[in-house]
Amino acid sequence: MSITLDEVRHVARLARLQLEEGEIVTLQGELNALLGHFADLRDVDTFGIEPTSHAVAVQNVWAPDVARPGLPREAALRNAPLSRAGLFVVPMIIEE
Amino acid sequence: MSGLTSLTAAELAKRLKTREVGAVEVATAFLDREDAFGAYLAVDRARCLAEAEGAQRTLDAGEGGPLTGVPVAVKDNLSTDGIETTCASKILKGYVPPFDATVVARLKAQGLPILGKTNLDEFAMGSSTETSAYKIATNPWDPTRTPGGSSGGSAAAVAGGLAPLSLGSDTGGSIRLPASFCGLVGFKPTYGRCSRYGLVAFGSSLDQVGPFGWTVEDVALLAEATTGHDPLDATSLDHPAVSARDLENGTLKGLRVAVPTEMFGDATDPGVRAAIDAALETLRQEGAVVEEVSIPTIRLGVTTYYIIAPAEASSNLARFDGVRYGPRSEGGGHIGDVERTRAEGFGHEVKSRIMIGTYALSAGYYDAYYLKAQGVRALMTREFNETFAKYDVVAGPTSPVPPFPLGSLSHDPMAMKLLDYCTIPANMGGFPALSLNCGYADALPVGLHLMAPAMADERLLQTARSIERVLSGKGLADATRRPSLP
Repeated sequence: MSITLDEVRHVARLARLQLEEGEIVTLQGELNALLGHFADLRDVDTFGIEPTSHAVAVQNVWAPDVARPGLPREAALRNAPLSRAGLFVVPMIIEE
Repeated sequence: MSGLTSLTAAELAKRLKTREVGAVEVATAFLDREDAFGAYLAVDRARCLAEAEGAQRTLDAGEGGPLTGVPVAVKDNLSTDGIETTCASKILKGYVPPFDATVVARLKAQGLPILGKTNLDEFAMGSSTETSAYKIATNPWDPTRTPGGSSGGSAAAVAGGLAPLSLGSDTGGSIRLPASFCGLVGFKPTYGRCSRYGLVAFGSSLDQVGPFGWTVEDVALLAEATTGHDPLDATSLDHPAVSARDLENGTLKGLRVAVPTEMFGDATDPGVRAAIDAALETLRQEGAVVEEVSIPTIRLGVTTYYIIAPAEASSNLARFDGVRYGPRSEGGGHIGDVERTRAEGFGHEVKSRIMIGTYALSAGYYDAYYLKAQGVRALMTREFNETFAKYDVVAGPTSPVPPFPLGSLSHDPMAMKLLDYCTIPANMGGFPALSLNCGYADALPVGLHLMAPAMADERLLQTARSIERVLSGKGLADATRRPSLP
């Protein structure tokens, strides 16, 4: 199992990471090193074993239906690199 | 190191209660020491002293809890209202949280002043604190070596006399490894016993916050102060705080100790092996039943971890897009702004893990990698639970090697990852686990690793306390020994 440079570019796009060409090559090496180890799992018999997503499962966690004050708008916006009219400015994704 | 800064937290608490010392005097003693180990990323002296004054008023009124007035250092992935929290990443440079993590709120409520925010591997991804975007941390026992990671700053702060106690976080060993490397006690509670609210998420099903200190008593007291149910964390267990009350009740007579053969291998340093063997032999002499067992899935732990943790991280770190916090890069146009922000904000190791996780979760690979890893995780948890049906604790080394020289493994990220195989299983199964100093290999600290079944946190601490007592009695370890410091 190994990953091609084009696959690295595809995954970078999915991960929203702009990578330099040199980084893509380095990451290909690192990913392939890990993928080599991942092969160890293939032969492990996990048939009939329920995969676990949490170590100590808790179920049906309910919170009381009581209104509590949230973060004030000004505090929520304080760290925003760009805000306007009490709102976050997001990158434009649809052309006018 | 002398005077107040070499005392245990329990001793400081005692002197504060009897008014032998004041809370401001104690905080000042730690704040005045120069940070020669890259332990802190941020220190807010004025705020800390104001908190110490508040603690003193509580003490003067004859009130307060067991640790009131004892200052604490906090890992910089825990949100602190009003103090910059960067996770040692450029992508959070300048971020000042508008709220406190639950553990931080609990420190404040009980009058534990916050000394500062400690250094870590970027987003807690690493085992040496060398991936910090700001500075590396060094080991107070030998500053040419790593304090371990990812909570290296929290460990260096205590070992370096810059804090009597600290909080770290542990996703695959990030508390226990630095505790081992710095001659401290480091404790990861059962998953769900400590709130993760306000902990910047890395691997949500693995992350747990926990304490560092010089003694089992100190970490038990800080665990008591910070754990317990939190309605703000949906994975928090509806269970009281970890109790430090019956700490002296443990006994080694008849204690059943399992030592998995898989915890030792070619990578195990002979000095580490000798220190662990001597500690286990001491347990036998004290009446414990120490037996070798086999837990085969330990060998698969690192691989399984490097699917699950990056998968969760790739999802958790999607929130860093330069919209709500952190610097924002422009000029990429549209979504290109986000891609550029992330490219410039994340360091290499973080990018690498995001890539692994995104790949493992991507269409066509999800079943082969992520689901398979979750199956192996379930198998591993089952094997450990079968062992815990026959034994009280599972013991071994915390790390196969003593603290390694700075830079010696940073060129080989895979080799560094492979060292984490002793600590990873506790995160996989959510088990409570602890590293306790059990001696030295060439004057470098060696940690004994202990694991117990889920929810047996108190029993684990009691067992660790009785081991600490006999190791000290035999002269193998000494919780009063300190590195020689500048």
